[in-house]
Amino acid sequence: MTAPKADLLQGTLDMLVLKSLTLGPLHGFGIIQRIQQISDGLLTIEQGSLYPAVYRIEQQGWVSSKWGVTETGRKAKFYSLTKSGLKKLKAEEEGWERLSLAIGKVLQST
Amino acid sequence: MKWLKIAIARIRALVLGESVQRDIDEELRSHIEITTEWHISRGLSPEEARRRALLTFGNEVRVREQVHKVKGGGLIEEIAQDTKYAARMLKKSPGFSAVAILTIALGIGATTAIFSVIDSTLLRPLPYPQPEQLVSIAADFSGGDARDIGFSQPELEDLQHSGIFEYVSTAWFDENNLTGSSKPASVRILITCPNYFALLGVKPQLGRTFDPEDHSPGIIPDVVISDGLWKRFFGRDPKVLDKSVRMDTDLYRIIGVMPPGFDAPGRTAEERNVEVWAASSFYGEPLLDHPPRNGRNLPTAIARLKPGLSIEAAQSRLDSLTSALQHQFPEDYPKDSTWSVRLVPLKERLIGNVRQSLILLLAAVGLVLLIASVNVANLLLARASARAREVAIRQAIGAGRGRLARQLLTESVLLSLLGGIAGLLVLFLTKDLLLRLAPDSLPRLNDISISWSVLVFALVVSIATGLIFGLAPAWHAGRFDLVSALKESSRGSTGSGAQMRTRSALVVTEFALSLVLMISAGLLLRSFWDLLNVRLGFNPQNVVASRTRLPAPNDRTVDLYPTPKQESPFLREVIRRNKALPGVEDVALGDTSSIPLDESMRDLKLISEGQFLFTIENSGFKNDQTSVAYRTSVTPNYFHLLEIPLQRGRLFNDQDDENAPQVAVVNDAFARAFWPNQDPLGKRFKRARPNSPWITIVGVIANARTESLADASVPKIYLDFFQTGGNRIAIFLRGHLDPAAISGQVRDQVQSIDPTLPVTDSTILNETVATSLAQRRFSMEMVALFAVTALFLAGLGIYGVISYSVNERTHEIGIRFALGAERRNILSMVVRQALGLAIVGAALGSICAFIVSRMMTGILYGVSPTDPLTFIAVAIILMSVALLGAYIPAQRAVRVDPLVALRQE
Repeated sequence: MTAPKADLLQGTLDMLVLKSLTLGPLHGFGIIQRIQQISDGLLTIEQGSLYPAVYRIEQQGWVSSKWGVTETGRKAKFYSLTKSGLKKLKAEEEGWERLSLAIGKVLQST
Repeated sequence: MKWLKIAIARIRALVLGESVQRDIDEELRSHIEITTEWHISRGLSPEEARRRALLTFGNEVRVREQVHKVKGGGLIEEIAQDTKYAARMLKKSPGFSAVAILTIALGIGATTAIFSVIDSTLLRPLPYPQPEQLVSIAADFSGGDARDIGFSQPELEDLQHSGIFEYVSTAWFDENNLTGSSKPASVRILITCPNYFALLGVKPQLGRTFDPEDHSPGIIPDVVISDGLWKRFFGRDPKVLDKSVRMDTDLYRIIGVMPPGFDAPGRTAEERNVEVWAASSFYGEPLLDHPPRNGRNLPTAIARLKPGLSIEAAQSRLDSLTSALQHQFPEDYPKDSTWSVRLVPLKERLIGNVRQSLILLLAAVGLVLLIASVNVANLLLARASARAREVAIRQAIGAGRGRLARQLLTESVLLSLLGGIAGLLVLFLTKDLLLRLAPDSLPRLNDISISWSVLVFALVVSIATGLIFGLAPAWHAGRFDLVSALKESSRGSTGSGAQMRTRSALVVTEFALSLVLMISAGLLLRSFWDLLNVRLGFNPQNVVASRTRLPAPNDRTVDLYPTPKQESPFLREVIRRNKALPGVEDVALGDTSSIPLDESMRDLKLISEGQFLFTIENSGFKNDQTSVAYRTSVTPNYFHLLEIPLQRGRLFNDQDDENAPQVAVVNDAFARAFWPNQDPLGKRFKRARPNSPWITIVGVIANARTESLADASVPKIYLDFFQTGGNRIAIFLRGHLDPAAISGQVRDQVQSIDPTLPVTDSTILNETVATSLAQRRFSMEMVALFAVTALFLAGLGIYGVISYSVNERTHEIGIRFALGAERRNILSMVVRQALGLAIVGAALGSICAFIVSRMMTGILYGVSPTDPLTFIAVAIILMSVALLGAYIPAQRAVRVDPLVALRQE
């Protein structure tokens, strides 16, 4: 049994996943790609940590899932943002902004 | 609410189980496919692409595990897993499971049975609205030792107007002769104050009840009937209202019918099954117009407290009232006693005397359950050691101690739940049989049923037992020595010395508990036996008693037997005609309170006739002291018929008629109690009522156990039936009688004199004596049953432990044989082990038994709680059982082949 990840990182991952879905439903691989894309290649989510996170936020009701077909004709599970997920994302974004502001102030002081 | 969503998702995962797993697998697989595809599109070869995809995916098993944990893992799933596994294990060893479940079923079934009795008698509130406001009111004369002396009508009025109670009512329980239908019948009636039904708060199913404000004199000519009577006499005719019935020749109009299942509050089945309710304010014809304050002819009352008033507050206000009244009317209260009135919650009064026996039974059955649990714990321990390897492997691949313990606990809880369900099933099936065994004196017998609280109780007890007796094996699992267990060959098992010690300790406990139960049963058995064989002081052999009743009409002018003088010719004629019946040797009459050990309508007798308040003329006691004793009236032949010997003086004779002074014959106990060093002959006493005549003692008879089998010297007064008269008549016949025919014959004789009189069936006096022991017998039978069960279980227990020990020591026994031990050495070794356990158990048990039996002193008779005979006998039985249990394993030990044993590693 591994110790639970720090809440900060876990919450951050959730937020990233939610954000990646704002433009439309994606499957697991697509989420990883989109996050890579948005972060200009700086962030790569390991597949192993993606799915636990995705299932977690699905349990909370922030995303819903449905089996579908990719462009190449493969079966895959697509996740889309729910209304409460959108609300959660907004809340997280605000929280994150305030946090980074606060940390920035601390770091910039001498 | 979030946790709810999560819980629901988890349960969904649980239920759907497999399909959720497949879903996850599919998704992960599809992810890998898509990643591979992507790599291929970037120019890698298919194999390389796939390899990359798998690499970046990380350890698949790990991922699965993590995902699994989020999606479907957690406590619920683990418990479900454990349960499934436990079920599988139980199925694999059906013999063990059957024995264990049966054992537990026995324990839980018995406990639940007793609990359901306790629940319906002790725990459930009375079936009336706001039952906690109902109280019973009893009056005593302290200092004269007279309790429950009843009330006079003025006293009752004072209580009603005191402002303490919302309603006060007395309830005069009686029988009346119902005439007018096909044949005369005897019905049980209750004469109450008009506010009785308002007091209880019950509504009729048809018509109405009495008007609580009705204060008219005499007996109100309306009655309310029970549902049973409505069925019996009117076939549930809906037009029964306004019909009339004749009771004791008086006409009454039916104004209402009570619903079925409405029971009058009462201690026995008879008191509860009232068929007719009449009402009176207890003054005016046929009673006195102005009843005197000191004429206490009304029985103990019941009342409803004013809302919001507690019993304590009510009691203190009542105390002020009673002292005020005593000061206000000093002539009506004896100077040397204090008149006190006490309030008791109604429920308490109704069930108080049964509580002790029921608690005893619950304790006994609790012990049985404990023993059963101990037995199963032993069984589980044995199995645990057999599964040592399995447990060790589980630990090796990472199961935590907590998880292991939980798994074993789940097994035992499952076992006991199954046992509990089996026990409940048995209970359902045998419920009627059990009810038939229970004595009638158990209050609220009809209410005993399997209710929700009983089911919950059974469930809780099952789970609790499972947890408790699963603790031992679970604890042992935790202290496991992994390495040696794994090295162990698959044949046989070591089990540590600690395990053997625990098992032995458990068996010793079983024996100790069994001993306690057996001693209790033994003591109860001896009490019962002694009581059964006690010298009665009278001879009930070949005697039957029938009952009849002369009506007591409200209109005195139609009373055929208004005075003793006018009653005696009737009585003499009854004697004459019955004497002529074939086989009859002797006939006597008496008041129904003269039937020895008669349990029926005991309270009625006590209140209306049996309990006799009197004062003695110029005795060694202070003047005016009121005493109480049992009293009855009999014809002169009574003593001869029942063979009660005369000690001094004379019995009644023909000179004692209506014109002569009243005479009495008293028993030895009475004489000693009130004239300890004097000759009682010629002494006088009189009833504590205005205008009572003096009664002279003319004879003293020997004590007879007519009131209670357990008490030989109850003071009793016998008056001459021809002088006192009486409505409730018992007809005693002695001779060579045919019990089947005699009832009809007596009835014919009596009705040939007066056809309106109902005559009950004859009861055989011997049976009456036996029935008086009914409640005692029930307790005894139950405890004996439990004791035998406990002994059986203890025997099983010792068999298990010795058998296990012999298995363990096969190797050692082989060596002993090889070294020259004889069979009898080995035999004695095994036997010594068994006896050792039994002796320790017996010693421990004896100490507990000493304590327990002391608590039982109240219900024992004729045997001391530390009776050495019982203790020794029980100890011997216990040893024999231990030997019996060790017999088979001992045989096995003796037949060990040293060659085979030594080969065993």
